[in-house]
Amino acid sequence: MRIVVLVKPVPDATGQERLRSDGRLDRSAAPPVLNGADEYTLEAALRLVDANGGEVTLVAMAPAEGRDALRKGLAMGAARAVLVTDDLLAGSCTLSTMQVLAAVLRTIEFDLVLAGADSADGGGGVVGAGIATLLELPLVSGAAAIDAAGEGAIHVRRIVGTGEETVEAPLPVLVVGTQLLGEPRYPTLKGIMGARAKEVAVRTLADLGLADAPIGGRSATTLVVAQRPPAARAATRVVREAPDVAAREVVDFLVERGAVR
Amino acid sequence: MSGAVWAVAELGADGLPTRLSLEAATAARTLAAAAGLSSAAIVAGVDPDAAAGALALYADRVIVVRLPPGSAGSNVASAGAIATAAVADQPDVLVVGATPDGREASGILAARLGRGVLGNATGLSWGEGGDGAPAGPRVEMSVLGGRALTSSAFADGRGIITLRPGAVTAAPAAAAGTIDDVTIPAPASTGVHVLRRADAATRAASIEEAPIVVAGGRGLGGPDGVALLEELAGALGGAVAATRAAVDAGWLPFSVQVGQTGKTIRPAVYVGIGVSGAIQHRVGMQDAQTIVAINRDPDAPLAEHADLYVVGDMFEVVPAIVAALRARAT
Repeated sequence: MRIVVLVKPVPDATGQERLRSDGRLDRSAAPPVLNGADEYTLEAALRLVDANGGEVTLVAMAPAEGRDALRKGLAMGAARAVLVTDDLLAGSCTLSTMQVLAAVLRTIEFDLVLAGADSADGGGGVVGAGIATLLELPLVSGAAAIDAAGEGAIHVRRIVGTGEETVEAPLPVLVVGTQLLGEPRYPTLKGIMGARAKEVAVRTLADLGLADAPIGGRSATTLVVAQRPPAARAATRVVREAPDVAAREVVDFLVERGAVR
Repeated sequence: MSGAVWAVAELGADGLPTRLSLEAATAARTLAAAAGLSSAAIVAGVDPDAAAGALALYADRVIVVRLPPGSAGSNVASAGAIATAAVADQPDVLVVGATPDGREASGILAARLGRGVLGNATGLSWGEGGDGAPAGPRVEMSVLGGRALTSSAFADGRGIITLRPGAVTAAPAAAAGTIDDVTIPAPASTGVHVLRRADAATRAASIEEAPIVVAGGRGLGGPDGVALLEELAGALGGAVAATRAAVDAGWLPFSVQVGQTGKTIRPAVYVGIGVSGAIQHRVGMQDAQTIVAINRDPDAPLAEHADLYVVGDMFEVVPAIVAALRARAT
């Protein structure tokens, strides 16, 4: 099975991340790491390849430094990576992201595209569905398990509002995953060494035929007009008394706050 | 401007609009009133009449799209139908709930309409311009794990907004709105079909709507901790929630996970037991009005974010709280 996993290098959530004065994320403030939700979909892709054969290609849109984050995915077992990077993409909106990733996918042969549920930095959770729509691919979201179902189809157990369901989907298809796909594997030493030799193909907007398209920061559909720090919470009341005393304090506090009558 | 603001409704298991849908309908109506635009709530379903009636109390107009019977339960089918209606009518702004299905619908709408998305709004207002953006919605968002609040706009005043639960209070309109059916061409089959369904045993209270939520983390340690968590939730009349660690350990279901990749809640009271408060969890609960935490570690991140923080062993403190609550109740 030829599987593309969409991954996003995001700033490591260490508390150092910040916004620039124009409201864009300052991507130089924290080193990029692989977006957590994407590690689960990558794990699912690697398991499918382990069981059925095939190859995993990572596809990302990020500044050039994002390459370092892709190395982890290669070390986990992906065969290669494609990184779309272009100065014009700084400040891209969600719509541009969908359009660029859809354009890359048009240059790759695949049976299955996997996308994470959302990204740690933006968190909109809309890009996967948008790409499926642009490429007119069937869309299956909320995936908790993915299995090959003979030639040309997969079965997906998915979480839905009322419980869960299992669907059969024809290939090619775009699947949006959840963390229930399984704990991501750790790269082995061999994997880490091997990743150095794997290809990270870099593509610019011009390579994708999008040099003159209304795409990227200059055509962003959204902009930040103001930013401020959140209102400070009142100071924390810390209780270190013995359990019985502490319990009474908790109950009294909950009564004070109207949670307990 | 002569355009419109639409709310996209999502239906619960009972076939009625979710509370968040009523909040979205209220938000659309309020934005439109401030801007001098018209407003509507759109609902798609196989049997949407009851939902349309409920929505009409909150909307100036309800647009009803009837789906063929085979599409029951498919969010892609209803989102696709709503997108087709939106492509035909070109509303300026669409307000959609920030739920898994709502986000999926927003991605479909963005691609079909060629519009941008402002996600996870915690507040909405109408901006007249003069702040570097044209007239249009101003969307408040909490970013970087709650360390910054931003106000954003659409570059041309038009786009799609996903709305967090509780960002807007649902308020009925002065008069019930009109209900109009629209007819759209039958969508082509995507080839995806359901093999089997399993309805989840519904937990006592949905964590997104519960005023009191009691969450457990890694510190639960196993089934004994979960039993204690459930006992405390029962004594407080609250809903049980979990961190990703507790879900990954298999102690609690994904449906009650709070945080990034899980649900975002905004209860009146959040009580965390054995929860360290990693940023990935905090983004889902930090807007709770009151935060109480019980943890052995005096330096856990949640200590900085709680209103009341008990340093202690949950296996000693929680039973004492349950006993004290029961003593009060009798």
